[in-house]
Amino acid sequence: MMLFGASGDALLSRGMKQSGSIDVHHLGDLFSVISNPYVLLGIVALLAFMWSYMTALSFADLSFVMPATAASYVLMTLLSIFWLHEHVGPERWSGILFIVIGVGLVAGEPWRTGDPPAAIAGPDAEEQIANVRDASNGDEIKIGTNEAGIGGAKADGAREGR
Amino acid sequence: MRVLYTWICILITVCAATAGDVLVALAMRRIGDLGDLRRHKGWLAMLLRVLTSGVLFGGIFFMTIAFFSNLVGLSWADLSLMGPASAALTYITNAIAARFFLKEVVSPRRWIATGFVFFGVVILTHT
Repeated sequence: MMLFGASGDALLSRGMKQSGSIDVHHLGDLFSVISNPYVLLGIVALLAFMWSYMTALSFADLSFVMPATAASYVLMTLLSIFWLHEHVGPERWSGILFIVIGVGLVAGEPWRTGDPPAAIAGPDAEEQIANVRDASNGDEIKIGTNEAGIGGAKADGAREGR
Repeated sequence: MRVLYTWICILITVCAATAGDVLVALAMRRIGDLGDLRRHKGWLAMLLRVLTSGVLFGGIFFMTIAFFSNLVGLSWADLSLMGPASAALTYITNAIAARFFLKEVVSPRRWIATGFVFFGVVILTHT
């Protein structure tokens, strides 16, 4: 997430700088901007970021993922220094320090907390629980739950009745 | 009047971004661990499950509203106001929404971490 988010923003920024500013009266110029390879790569990186974000949320809390991934600001600042050759002053470094402390604090927390998944999961939960029942054999499959809640509903393969 | 419009935009951006994040989080919680799904059901079943989630697309819809509201706000106000107001405030509202809508246990340590990230993002986007 951090890698794709930061590199996507940096690539878009570089591509937009190359393409120049866009007049609001000529929004059609946006299409020519998309043909810029940096902008294209930036869009691909941001799509990958979205997929990584969704994957992270599939096994971790939102209140964990949000502060933890703020580290992308740190990566983005490093990219802007070394790749875009921008100047970063002491104020920005102090902002980065705050973020690093925040990320460090949240890092020791459990990934998933809260209600049992069924309490918020809705109809999909029943479907998922049904999925781990081996209907063809009629065998019971033990559902192993971990702290990841519904995401951790795994068919452990501990079969009974044989 | 422009100040009022700017703050309305900030309000819409923060609310829409929070609604988007909460809905995407809820959808992913319902769908389940993508790694587990891929291992047990395969890529196709996993993709099908993701792409048929109405809640997920509801979240993406709100994220789109937040994106365009932010753009409109930027056309009226400076980035030094829109940046911290929309990006940083979303961290706080997300923690609150996660506590009440997703029933997550937001421990004091998570609140402090969110506070640090909030101030860090305010400083970064303001400078």
